[in-house]
Amino acid sequence: MSETVADDTTTSLQAKFPSATLRESLDHPAVNVPVGEAVAVLEWLKDEQGYDFLVDVTAVDWAENVSPRFTTVWHLYSTAKHTYIRVAADCADDADPVAPTVTQLWPAADWHERETFDLMGIKFEGHPDLRRILMWDGYPHHPLRKEFPLAGIETELPDIEVAEETEAKVIAAPMMGGPFVASNKGEMNMTDAEPRAKDESWNEKLPKPE
Amino acid sequence: MVSPNQDVAFDNKIEGDIVISRLDAVINWVRSNSMWPMPMGLACCAIELMGTASARFDIARFGAEVMRFSPRQSDCMIVAGTVTYKMAPHVRRIYDQMAEPKWVIAMGACASSGGMYRSYATLQGVDRIVPVDVYVSGCPPRPEALLDALIKLQDKVKRSPSLKNLTA
Repeated sequence: MSETVADDTTTSLQAKFPSATLRESLDHPAVNVPVGEAVAVLEWLKDEQGYDFLVDVTAVDWAENVSPRFTTVWHLYSTAKHTYIRVAADCADDADPVAPTVTQLWPAADWHERETFDLMGIKFEGHPDLRRILMWDGYPHHPLRKEFPLAGIETELPDIEVAEETEAKVIAAPMMGGPFVASNKGEMNMTDAEPRAKDESWNEKLPKPE
Repeated sequence: MVSPNQDVAFDNKIEGDIVISRLDAVINWVRSNSMWPMPMGLACCAIELMGTASARFDIARFGAEVMRFSPRQSDCMIVAGTVTYKMAPHVRRIYDQMAEPKWVIAMGACASSGGMYRSYATLQGVDRIVPVDVYVSGCPPRPEALLDALIKLQDKVKRSPSLKNLTA
């Protein structure tokens, strides 16, 4: 399960950037690069190799006690060659991960990086406007991090006036009966089986842990 | 509902121009048959809401066809869709801007209870921030269900002591 995919681009990429290594992949060519060289590699791929389309900027949280914990991932597409390439870089700091911005290469990176910052907490250095994009300004957590429970963490509503008026809060969502996750391994009869919550750490029978 | 009261004598010169009724019944008759909705369309339920308003289902038959995109001109907020915590304060503010009397229909599973979105981002039922009069089940509800909700809301309005509320 450590397959790699190489093509002409990765070969010449490794010749040009000796620190780049092939990354495990089952579909497209993929490389790991040091985070300091990421922008140079992406710029080279864009200008010299024709990977002109930034498909996605995202990140991986490997787990709380793993180091390096966060990996930023860029997916590029060449509209001339019709091929993809994946570039990944481990972020140096596990508590406060930082990655370089690529907004100067692809303006489309702006909102992708804001989303990655919002949900994973990766700070993109040099980003022109690194605000949250999905959660509201002032939300204290990064919800796609591994330590964040699916149900959520109790916090205040974004609007203080409305919060006072309604006494409503952002609450941890009840997990019993949802979200709807059913086994896909075939041992369960789908017509009988009620989809179960994956996270049953608390539900209507087990109290919520403090 | 509004019928001449046979016990009250009337002048035959103006016969036919006067109908005697209770003020409550008149007020409620007016209110329930011109219930202008505030379409709070936040997700796929809004598509069914549009279907309900269109020719086949024709919510105009119940006097609720005038979708007002200004809260100041509307009577009934139809919350059609998933309310996220980010959106929730805006929903409440729009509700606050509506003039009394006002009602709320929670259309569909998401607006009623958070639906399948048991997550950190979704308000678990719009009744946490606004008082809901009618809940509609379904994901999304069919237009008939929304029409039924509207009829139920009209029944509720017709039963309400409007005059007492006005003078209180």
